Amino acid sequence: MTTTVPVDLTTLAVGDELSRTTRTLSRDTLVRYAGASGDFNPIHYNDTVATDAGLPGVIAHGMLTMGVAITGLLEAVGDPTLVTAYSTRFTGMVPVPATGEVTLEFVATVGAIDEAARTARVDLTAELDGTKVLGRARATLALPAVSDAAAGADEAAAQGTEAVA
Amino acid sequence: MTTTPDPAFAGRTYPAGPVHTVSAAKIREFARATGAASPLHTDAEAAREAGHADVVAPPTFLVSLAQEAEAQYIEDPAAGIDFSRVVHGEEGFTLARPVIAGDRLVPTLTVESVRIAGGHAMVSTRVDLADEDGAEVASVKSMLVVRGD
Repeated sequence: MTTTVPVDLTTLAVGDELSRTTRTLSRDTLVRYAGASGDFNPIHYNDTVATDAGLPGVIAHGMLTMGVAITGLLEAVGDPTLVTAYSTRFTGMVPVPATGEVTLEFVATVGAIDEAARTARVDLTAELDGTKVLGRARATLALPAVSDAAAGADEAAAQGTEAVA
Repeated sequence: MTTTPDPAFAGRTYPAGPVHTVSAAKIREFARATGAASPLHTDAEAAREAGHADVVAPPTFLVSLAQEAEAQYIEDPAAGIDFSRVVHGEEGFTLARPVIAGDRLVPTLTVESVRIAGGHAMVSTRVDLADEDGAEVASVKSMLVVRGD
């Protein structure tokens, strides 16, 4: 873990890339997540059960991928409580081999800024070998109040009416 | 045996509760399992310095509590959901305020919709979490796809 200077949230603009990270998942990660979340569905640790269910093998919990996908953004903004909403669709499986690991790549980009609400919609992507595994993954980020009129004045074209539900 | 989710469950809201006390140990475990590195999740002193009463939950932490509430519906044989055919379709969290260790949260489950389309069924649920005074803390929405034959 490296210590990074948090992104300056007073000057965000649509299109800004806030984080680009890779994370690895292994069976160890899956077992830890099963214990932490209480999701003990055996398709996330038992190959026989997984293949009998028609899967290519053990797959990661969608909720593990969702949880990991936002960690780069959380580190970039410094304070995890700034995320006030987070939603996604699960569009692709993440098979995790019995040994070794798989690498996921996550990118967080500012999709819209709501100046009135002082929030930003951050669009997240999650890819495994270039294939998206999450769809329409979006987080709402609380922005600091504008204390001086100059700050953020160039955001007149603010959008962001789309709710993250 | 093939069962189909019963559309009559749509719109049903279950009785609130039981109250759930958010555990600092579970927050730490969840943060480590998902790689959420902020000390606010694991170090009570750091959390207090940032103005919180105790460690702060990561954004998706409430999934476990929500799924416990959802089980009232999902595991009800009358609901007609064959769990071996279930795939997670969507999940969404809305946080009215940070969730902190020691919070006593009261979940209320609502079945928002049951849709049958193309041999599959999509069931959408919402779990509203309030504090014991009734103030809104968070809402967790989930959509499950129940695969047909």
